[in-house]
Amino acid sequence: MFNFINNSNIFIWIERLTNFINSIFFVLLLAALSFALILSPPDYLQGDSVRIMYVHVPAAWIGLASFTCIAFMSIVNFIFKIKYLTLITKSIAPIGLMFTCIAIVTGSIWGQPTWGTFWVWDARITSMSILALFYVMFIAIQKLISEEDRANKISSLIAAVGLINIPIIKYSVEWWSTLHQPASIKISGSSTIHSSMLTPLLLMFLVLILYCALIFLMKYKTEIIRIKKKNLKRYD
Amino acid sequence: MLPKKVKKRASLLVVFLSISVIGVILILSALNKNLLYFNSPTDIKINQDIDFNKRIRVGGMVKKNTLKIKDQEIRFIITDFKNEIKVSFKGTIPNLFAEGKGVVAEGKLQDKKFFIADRILAKHDENYMPPELKNMMKEDVK
Repeated sequence: MFNFINNSNIFIWIERLTNFINSIFFVLLLAALSFALILSPPDYLQGDSVRIMYVHVPAAWIGLASFTCIAFMSIVNFIFKIKYLTLITKSIAPIGLMFTCIAIVTGSIWGQPTWGTFWVWDARITSMSILALFYVMFIAIQKLISEEDRANKISSLIAAVGLINIPIIKYSVEWWSTLHQPASIKISGSSTIHSSMLTPLLLMFLVLILYCALIFLMKYKTEIIRIKKKNLKRYD
Repeated sequence: MLPKKVKKRASLLVVFLSISVIGVILILSALNKNLLYFNSPTDIKINQDIDFNKRIRVGGMVKKNTLKIKDQEIRFIITDFKNEIKVSFKGTIPNLFAEGKGVVAEGKLQDKKFFIADRILAKHDENYMPPELKNMMKEDVK
């Protein structure tokens, strides 16, 4: 695995993947947007504000999933010291932060017409803000501590602690009474969202995941170039 | 066999993580009551030492056929299908506020059965469906 990463083949693979995603991205984006904005029906209660959900829910999923990935990779990295995992976590973190912020902002925009308020300190929204803070801490430590080994150690520990927050976010709506509604899509059992609204939701999720992959590949490439450049300097 | 250094780091991480997990659990259990965004009418009924000067939130369903609007005042009953509490409110209500839907009222308790709210939030449930389907369901009920 390590050889595969060090190999200059990685650039070819990144290039191929990027090209492939680029070739299908805009078609899918157009399809997803037309489903989300035109073809899907308004909600029986909230009307057209339901369309905010098609961005809000996938963004929240991606925010949670990216942090889970970062945390597990950080734990493995902390124990086994695998260099390229650092590059991967570093590349995922800004994407996760962006989507967490998107989830919070779109949720707040949705909250005003439906709940009647932009912001409440209920368990779901507060724990989601804490997730954003963990992302900020993770990124800030990578930027502020110039000694890379130490930065990795500390940020790995922070990611590991942040992992505890993930189940709290997921189950906050079940453990405590919150203003935020419980999950509509359940892992087991039927979902409480009508299929005509599930299609645009899943399509938007696919599109945003592809977008994440694009940004990730670009960021990962620059990280590898940065490391290679650094190694070159060493032999000067 | 794993090298000694790897083992040392693994055990360090396990200790560190278990301490933080215990810490978080302790904090959450200490905060338990405060983490609830609202109290149900049953919570209020059970609770022995209510501070009537403190602002609290009561949440539940707006009981059907109890919503009355008189001049500026809106009166309704919040129910959790076990206990009820009467609510009086003056001000603007969110769009989604309706009979049979979730609501969170913020304000002060007058006594255990009467609540004066100064803010009303509508609670949306997890059901999403197109309007035609809702109408069909209504007809089924009839």
